Amino acid sequence: MDIHEYQAKELLSRYEIDIPRGGLAYSPEQAAYRAREIGGDRWVVKAQIHSGARGKAGGIKLCASDHEIVEAADAMLGRTLVTHQTGPQGKLVSRLYVEEAMDIAREIYLGFVLDRKSERIMIVASSSGGMEIEEIAEAEPDSIIRATVDPGVGMQDFQAREIAFGLGIDNALIGRATQTIMGCYRAFVDYDASMLEINPLVVTRRGGLVALDAKMSFDENALFRRPHISEMRDKSQEDPRETYASDRGLSYVGLDGNIGCIINGAGLAMATMDMIKIAGGEPANFLDIGGGASPERVAKSFRAVLTDRQVETILVNIFAGINRCDWVAEGVIKALREVGVPVPLVVRLSGTNMEEGRRILAESGENIIIAETLAEAAEKAVAAWRSFTAGKAD
Amino acid sequence: MSILLDKNTRVIVQGFTGKIGSFHAEDMERYGTNVVGGVTPGKGGQTHLGLPVFNTVKGAVQETGAEASIVFVPPPFAADSIMEAADAGIRLCVCITDGIPSQDMIRVKRYMRRYRFEDRMTLIGPNCAGMITPGEAMMGIMPGSIYLPGRIGIVGRSGTLGYEAASQMKALGIGVSTSVGIGGDPVNGSSFRDMLELFENDPGTDAVLMIGEIGGPQEAEAALWARDHMKKPLIAYIAGLSAPKGRRMGHAGAIISAFGESAQEKVEILKSAGVTIVPTPSSFGETVAEVLSVMKAA
Repeated sequence: MDIHEYQAKELLSRYEIDIPRGGLAYSPEQAAYRAREIGGDRWVVKAQIHSGARGKAGGIKLCASDHEIVEAADAMLGRTLVTHQTGPQGKLVSRLYVEEAMDIAREIYLGFVLDRKSERIMIVASSSGGMEIEEIAEAEPDSIIRATVDPGVGMQDFQAREIAFGLGIDNALIGRATQTIMGCYRAFVDYDASMLEINPLVVTRRGGLVALDAKMSFDENALFRRPHISEMRDKSQEDPRETYASDRGLSYVGLDGNIGCIINGAGLAMATMDMIKIAGGEPANFLDIGGGASPERVAKSFRAVLTDRQVETILVNIFAGINRCDWVAEGVIKALREVGVPVPLVVRLSGTNMEEGRRILAESGENIIIAETLAEAAEKAVAAWRSFTAGKAD
Repeated sequence: MSILLDKNTRVIVQGFTGKIGSFHAEDMERYGTNVVGGVTPGKGGQTHLGLPVFNTVKGAVQETGAEASIVFVPPPFAADSIMEAADAGIRLCVCITDGIPSQDMIRVKRYMRRYRFEDRMTLIGPNCAGMITPGEAMMGIMPGSIYLPGRIGIVGRSGTLGYEAASQMKALGIGVSTSVGIGGDPVNGSSFRDMLELFENDPGTDAVLMIGEIGGPQEAEAALWARDHMKKPLIAYIAGLSAPKGRRMGHAGAIISAFGESAQEKVEILKSAGVTIVPTPSSFGETVAEVLSVMKAA
């Protein structure tokens, strides 16, 4: 789960990390008021969306007057910003963060991730901040410093100090830098983060060390013990199709194609999507219905897939282990009758009680295309989608 | 022959008296697994499904001689249960639980390193369907009937995709020595590489099918190990060709976040290591059959 920049900064400031003075605004007038509250003569207005690279998309503006702030805020609020991280549909700006502008002497990159290779928390830092880490890895690979933390004892001061010296930070600021790095580590652990990025961490002309931007993501499996983090969820930043599904306990990822998928198991779901692609179609979504595919769950899945107006065919592929195909078949028919499915439906059932399941589907009198193998299911779904769209065009 | 698990392995169930634990304990017994008891703290001394219940894993090991445990404990408490098993001298632990926080798993992995390599527990999972040695025993939640006993090892992240592969093989009369689901989490107990090594050393396994997916470094690491150390043929499939970068596809670990983590890149790495690629998820059976016929001819 992602949070906004201002939320990440608020969390980090509790861990002795310096952040610029700033405040939240929901209207141009409020933005100007915030600037007066902060004081000074230059401010930055920042669109709060769950994405980096906001500057290039017009989501960050340096302002020197009330008038400029109002104008910048007016241009950003209510707008959908498209960055290379948001996808073409972009993200809606509904809140702004107004900050004092900093006099920057140099920019540093500081990141924390869960490293899957070492199975530890890894610190990634570079003296070439301001660019994205992928760009740094490309342009200045030698500037990147990495260190991992022994989970038995946690991060030690000397590790933070080594990183600070490695970044070429002045002796006078080493203590502050060590505190900042240790603070990030503690915040990462305390809140079950999966990613923390301060980019840039700036050395100011006045000799301070300030987090100019901050980004945090959290391990969704740990939210049960982090209610404070759950409250920071902003559904306006999510794909509405995904919000609908996740609120109903379904694992769903929206994609750009036209063939809706309802499948049990993440691996089989990915494989089925691949098969659709090989057969010449494009999947509209990833959906893992999970272990207990009760009729209610099947119906919920149909509703979730149909929230996507692009869907022009649905493919159900269930390999029943704990599930039983006859139950799934009954669920499909119940869903058809309750939800109403206005597009072609292809169903492939395999595993426990598969004969019985196929018989129930065949004898239901409903318009269901039955497939026996994975390849056949994908081919029939793509064929059904082609004739459906051809029919619409006539 | 098989790896890790056979019909004599003495198995206990952690989270025994719960609904899910009970259901699968019965299913595993029916398949032939030697289930000798279970653990539910606070219910020690009771009898459940005709088997003794213990308060602690140590108690269960002392009384029953259990060597293996399967964990059905809910996510907030599962990491603790795995560490309890490791400390009680359990040799093989399969954790089915989906949803364990990553930092808990990091702690589990660190904790397991307290023990010398020879004494260290093998952890399978979490977030997996478990493992099965067809015709002998299963520690998991899979439908046992789709596996034919035989000589191909299977190791995969996904449960249902593994079922798909096993049933395609069964349809062609190809059997399985042992099938292991290592699970879909970013930090997991055993890696692909760990399982390849066991299969390579198992006289009952002739070739190995590896079913990977997007995200993480484990498939590439396994490919390099196979290139340098494996004599048996390795056949592999990577799910997620159509998955976009940066999106989590169901499994907590199925996310392309770095170079070399997409399906296309992994397939390239595997190919260059000499691994036979299953081109589509509907050709598991025929690809394995082809490799076997080449082996026979040689």
